[in-house]
Amino acid sequence: MLMMFRRIFSLMVKEFRTLLTDKKSRMVIIVPPVAQLIVFGYAASFELNHINYIIFNEDQGVESRQLLAGFAGSDVFTLYKVVDHDAEIRPIIDTAKALLALHVGSQFSEHLHRGEPATLQVIIDGRNSNTAMLALNYVRDIVLSFNQDWTSRHGSHGSPAVLMQRSWFNSTLDSHWFIIIGIVALLNLVVTLEVTALSVAREREAGTFDQLLVTPMTPFEILVGKSLPGLIIGMLEGTFIIALIVFWFQVPLRGSLPALYVGLFIFLLSAIGIGLMISSMSVTQQQGLMGAFLFLVPAVILSGFATPIENMPHFVQNLTYLNPMRYFLIIVRSVFLQGASFNLLWDQYWPMLVIGIVTLSMAGVLFRRRMY
Amino acid sequence: MNKKSMRLWGLIRKESLQIIRDPSSIGIAFFLPVLLLLLFGYGVSLDAREVGIALVVEQPGPEASSLISGFRHSEYFTPRVMLSIQEAQRAMMEREVDGIIWLRADFARALRSGRSAPVAVILNGVDANKARLISGYVSGVWMQWLSRTSAEMGRSLDIPVEIEQRIWYNPAVRSRNYLVPGLIAVIMTLIGAMLTSMVVAREWERGTMEALLVTPVRIQEILIGKIVPYFILGMGGMLLSVIMAVFLFHVPLHGSLPALTVASALFMLTCIAMGLLISTAAGTQFVAGQVAIVVTFLPAFILSGFIFDIGSMPLPIQWVTHLVPATYFVAIVQTIFLAGDVWPIFFINCGWLVVMAAVFFLIIRKKSHKRLRTCS
Repeated sequence: MLMMFRRIFSLMVKEFRTLLTDKKSRMVIIVPPVAQLIVFGYAASFELNHINYIIFNEDQGVESRQLLAGFAGSDVFTLYKVVDHDAEIRPIIDTAKALLALHVGSQFSEHLHRGEPATLQVIIDGRNSNTAMLALNYVRDIVLSFNQDWTSRHGSHGSPAVLMQRSWFNSTLDSHWFIIIGIVALLNLVVTLEVTALSVAREREAGTFDQLLVTPMTPFEILVGKSLPGLIIGMLEGTFIIALIVFWFQVPLRGSLPALYVGLFIFLLSAIGIGLMISSMSVTQQQGLMGAFLFLVPAVILSGFATPIENMPHFVQNLTYLNPMRYFLIIVRSVFLQGASFNLLWDQYWPMLVIGIVTLSMAGVLFRRRMY
Repeated sequence: MNKKSMRLWGLIRKESLQIIRDPSSIGIAFFLPVLLLLLFGYGVSLDAREVGIALVVEQPGPEASSLISGFRHSEYFTPRVMLSIQEAQRAMMEREVDGIIWLRADFARALRSGRSAPVAVILNGVDANKARLISGYVSGVWMQWLSRTSAEMGRSLDIPVEIEQRIWYNPAVRSRNYLVPGLIAVIMTLIGAMLTSMVVAREWERGTMEALLVTPVRIQEILIGKIVPYFILGMGGMLLSVIMAVFLFHVPLHGSLPALTVASALFMLTCIAMGLLISTAAGTQFVAGQVAIVVTFLPAFILSGFIFDIGSMPLPIQWVTHLVPATYFVAIVQTIFLAGDVWPIFFINCGWLVVMAAVFFLIIRKKSHKRLRTCS
């Protein structure tokens, strides 16, 4: 027993040496996650805070100017240009210098005073449809407040019922939090794959893996020795990223920290299992790298990180059950924002654990088999 | 055939044979785009459909049922009627519903009395982007119901200013139309960099570089020999992606094919240069592989403007996006596909790609040498 621990320990030390002795390799494992967290943390947001717009106002009245003042007073909108002709709009939108154009017709004030619906035409660049829809929502808010103002001042009766909207868990509806928290899962997955996906393939290519197989170490011991560095590096970097999210980005951590760590631990196990499985299937490091990408890219895209899983067709939704990142994303997000603790998270823990056990044993079996 | 071109041809042939013999390169160039485009094209969309929503009706009545049927008929919602707010809260905690619409017991009375009857809408803000889209859909259903109810009550609903929206380039607002071209840019970044990031490091590691060094080939010839086959392979993958985008996903292609080809070729060249640079600078395949995983996929995914709007990022981060080649290509392909050949966008971004590729090649040229390495 003691011998076994000693053997595992020395393999682990050797793995750490290969990862950390080379200066370049050390840099690649430590620097990018930190830099990427900061850069992505600021970059990844669906929020629009800078919408360039153009005005084409054919109306002479005060009312249209009042309506447009609502846009000038908003933090989100920045006036790019006031144009006098229809024809000037297209080149500006085409070259994406402005996202939208507000067109007020010549009879706007007249209609408004006669009690007929006056129209504000919004021409919007739909190349990125999500941005377009969000920008339209902002336009709608400004028009809505103008409308309320107008009806209350002109004594016409208001609406018989009103919607009072609020949102739970994230009262300002800042999508920033949602994405930043997801980055914990994203960067941990990347780092783990980086550490594990090439580790067996590299030894296979160099021939040292065969030497390892003839030592007294059992495949199980090799598996543990190869997994531990990824697990330790992952836990450390995970802790660091969580700390940065809480203290640097000031995202509230409402739920139970132990529940989060149990999740992180199981997630790392499953990611390591997948990484080692890819690695032991590959003959060359090139194949290991390709295997890593073949898993990483779909895993990130189909995890619910940026686009909701519920929007996917059922077949693809079923595929996401194989993806450990799917479960871990739910865990981090519900612990951070919804204040979840263990009792709400069992359904996320056990599938990851199953994935981890299956892939790790597959990797252990594949150690023995030569793939060429 | 003179000696020089014979040498070059020999190198290209050697590199091509290497590609053909290891099926993983071909897999990466052709299998990866097909797989990802299928998954993405069919699987990923930002347009929410059939959102689960709880309708809490404390006291049933004709007004409440007409609102419920409004939600039933909307393609965006699958409403579930509940009797108490506690039940709805539980459903929200367990992520069964994304929103709650709460009609209190005095709703009908307040509505008839002419006081503005308040209706609470509670959204799950964890996914704020989705919450905001849902909020837009709720208002749509709400406005329809409101105007119907007002008409029944004999009151006109005053809407002083109406919005008439014209969405250019993508009138049906299909998110797929911009996600698929953007995805092509992401996939091509991976393919270009992945194919080449190991090839120089591999030769050093296996000692075959030393064998090459004793031959009369020049360093440029070695590099060109590596670029040409991978460029052809990458462009093949590119062609396949464009064909899938147009014929399978019906993304309109408004621009011209020559413009798309020129931009793709420049982009492919930049990505290959990036891969070669990684390979040359890293020295070992192990490090090259690690660098490739870190610097290609995530930056192209997050910083290229493929999903997240660059204009809304803080200024220093916007500068960082200029270091990602995919940024320029995303701008070009989204425009060529959806808007047409907008030359200012085309030339500015192609210009940046040329600059990037040139810088990469200069660094590679400087870092490559026909000398033996001292073993560390």
